[in-house]
Amino acid sequence: MVSVGLAVAWRTIYNALTNRAFLVPQIAFPLFFFTAFAGGLSSLSKVPNFDYPGGYTAFQYCFVLLQSAAIGGVFTGFSIARDFESGFSRRLLLAAPHRSAIAFGYALGALGRASVTWVALTVVALAFGMEVSGSGIDLFGLALIALCANVAGAFWAMGIAFRFRTIQAAPLMQVPVFLLLFLSPVFVPYELLRGWIETAAGLNPTTYALEAARSLIAGSPEEVGLAFAVMVPLAAAAAAWALLGLRRAARAG
Amino acid sequence: MRATLDQIGSIARRSIVRTLRQPGALAPTIIFPLMLFAVYSAGAETAEKLPGFPDVDYTEFAFAVPFMHVALFATGIAGTDMARDIESGFLQRLALTPIGGVSLLIGQVAGAAVMGLIAASAYVVTGLIVGVDVAAGIGGWVILIALSVCISFAFAGLGLAIAVHAGNAEAVQGAFPLLFATFFLSSFALPRPLIEVDWFRAVATANPVSYLLEGERSLIIVGWDAPALALGFGLSALIAGLALMISARLLRTRLVRT
Amino acid sequence: MRAADNSIEVEGLVRAFKNGPRAVDGIDLRVEPGEIYGFLGPNGAGKSTTVMMLTTLLPPTGGTARVAGFDIVREGPKVRRVIGAALQEVALDPYLTGREHFRLQASLLGLSRAERTRRGQALLERVGLIEAADRKTGGYSGGMKRRLDLALALLGEPRVLFLDEPTTGLDPQSRSALWEEVARLAREDGVTVFLTTQYLEEADVLARRVAIIDNGRIVAEGTPAELKAGIGDPTVEAVPHDPAQRAAAAEALATIGTPCAAPSELGVSVRLRGGAADLPAVVRALDGAGVRLAQLHLHEPSLDDVFLAKTGRSLEGAADGAEPVNPPR
Repeated sequence: MVSVGLAVAWRTIYNALTNRAFLVPQIAFPLFFFTAFAGGLSSLSKVPNFDYPGGYTAFQYCFVLLQSAAIGGVFTGFSIARDFESGFSRRLLLAAPHRSAIAFGYALGALGRASVTWVALTVVALAFGMEVSGSGIDLFGLALIALCANVAGAFWAMGIAFRFRTIQAAPLMQVPVFLLLFLSPVFVPYELLRGWIETAAGLNPTTYALEAARSLIAGSPEEVGLAFAVMVPLAAAAAAWALLGLRRAARAG
Repeated sequence: MRATLDQIGSIARRSIVRTLRQPGALAPTIIFPLMLFAVYSAGAETAEKLPGFPDVDYTEFAFAVPFMHVALFATGIAGTDMARDIESGFLQRLALTPIGGVSLLIGQVAGAAVMGLIAASAYVVTGLIVGVDVAAGIGGWVILIALSVCISFAFAGLGLAIAVHAGNAEAVQGAFPLLFATFFLSSFALPRPLIEVDWFRAVATANPVSYLLEGERSLIIVGWDAPALALGFGLSALIAGLALMISARLLRTRLVRT
Repeated sequence: MRAADNSIEVEGLVRAFKNGPRAVDGIDLRVEPGEIYGFLGPNGAGKSTTVMMLTTLLPPTGGTARVAGFDIVREGPKVRRVIGAALQEVALDPYLTGREHFRLQASLLGLSRAERTRRGQALLERVGLIEAADRKTGGYSGGMKRRLDLALALLGEPRVLFLDEPTTGLDPQSRSALWEEVARLAREDGVTVFLTTQYLEEADVLARRVAIIDNGRIVAEGTPAELKAGIGDPTVEAVPHDPAQRAAAAEALATIGTPCAAPSELGVSVRLRGGAADLPAVVRALDGAGVRLAQLHLHEPSLDDVFLAKTGRSLEGAADGAEPVNPPR
């Protein structure tokens, strides 16, 4: 089971890193978002009652970190859909004695891909002058939150890919994740949101992950437990969704 | 002259028909910018409280964004259609007819321009529903659509240039991050004077996308601002002209005929 | 139409690519008005490159050619006005219907609206696509796409028609239907047809004359019968029931023809000077020698045998070389 997972993960990572058409958007888009938001919107931190001690760069770094984690997971769903269209998935389903290992392999691959993006993003953010006040444990917590986002995004997209088995389903993979990300306190802290966006963000699990992530990097952890209480079940539910989808795909042949 | 117009018309008709027959590609280009607009306008609403921010709702300030956003998709649609024609050999079929290179290119952007028109009209309707108040009045709504179509036409020309140069759809899609960057490195979220980071403000000032956005925005938050509109229309015409010129030159090696 | 204007004349035609091979290495040919001329060769031989040059879509790097009396380099637009071409890639727009393809092409050719409708309707009927005319070509089968492609090539009422591997990927029924249509075009409408193919049977059945091209050069040219006769006489192969009777069979056959290598290990072969007319004598000789036969085969030389004799390779198993049809950038 482990060897199957590792083999699938290796292939996913190898394809992503050696194919410019995959690699460039995966790294470029998060960097653009970060540059645009941290660079173009930094004066929002001057808005009255914008109480965030970590600086606007760190504020936006956390959002883009989670965004790249989740969307990076979705990209894996695209790869799976393409594999089904080309027939390669059939090869995997025939070869793997434990098929669930395929799903975990893809998830591991998604994590590998995301790690590359996170490194690039962190380097750029630090070059931007990002303040990191969190301790080693705080930053580990931040990484775990990003991991949960990546896993949730990957398994969600996998579930769609296994069920539809075509790249035409890409919007179904992407749009819900996009909505979850952007219906959260992207530009200002949650306390400054008003109207429908405040309601939506309050119900959105991403909000808890994001606020916790921001508190961790600022060195003043808040409601981190709540964030994990929301994100871990979300990732687990997404995994179940993906495994059931894989079963369906295997039955379809 | 009549023959040239007929040729452009034929290719344009095909381009429009193709675009409209791909609702799966069309719908996201209309809906996605609206989604982003909803998120930006609500999420960054507090920007209204910044000293120096214009005396308007942030919703009205951000309303120009979807009109500009659709131009990015115009690049993809026109570029991908052209790339497919090259890859499939359809361009060779056209090469056996008397059609000229420039006529072909102008006709090819028609589909993306029509998409820009449909999208802009949808945004106008949305704006009316959510109560956006366009300072330039009813005429302003019309000019907003017209400017959006011009910008879509210009960016579609860029897509053509990329497609004719590279000859494949992957290259067109690969250029998307670059176009995305030009959109974000602009005054899309805040007025340029309120951008704190010096280098970002400098880039936004040098970025033609800022002026295209500001041309549209001027109709919404200022009224009839002739210099802003002149810059907006002028720049789109310049981008369109340059893109078509480059495409025509590159097309000579693709549409090889003795 | 004047018959003399439907010819194709090629002298020393060359297409060399930058830092690459000569895809066409100096070919000479003449296609008579109203003739179906077969251009036979394996993948990478230079067939499609030749077609691209003659249809003015690729300038030659050497030599000259005239199509319907017009020089392909100096009078390109005039050439395009009198030719039709169905190239190797079917190249249809999957989002347009069959009828819309006609409308587009006719409009670009400058036909009047009435003429567009008349010709489009007639051609759709002719290729049996009237019922599918208003369906998007993305849903057409391979055979339907090829038929539409042929019909579009005929839209301008060409004097010279270029068909580049027109039946590749078609089922036998669709292939036969296409052959009938091509033969009718030449026979009844006097259209000159330049047909490239890698299928021996296609060249054999359709073409009045065939040129065999390999590595950019014409290695043989003539009618199929001439080409085959030039290789040699047909052979007969006898396979006895009892392998021990091989020697007796060989002795009996040696009285009828010239011994030669047999295609199979169990058989014996001779070359028959009289062709199929010698078969009764063969049967009598074997019967007289008491040989009980399992099989008796008459092998007529094929165009593959011609290719084999000229190049040392079989056409049907010839190497797959990618033919650089489009010039590298």
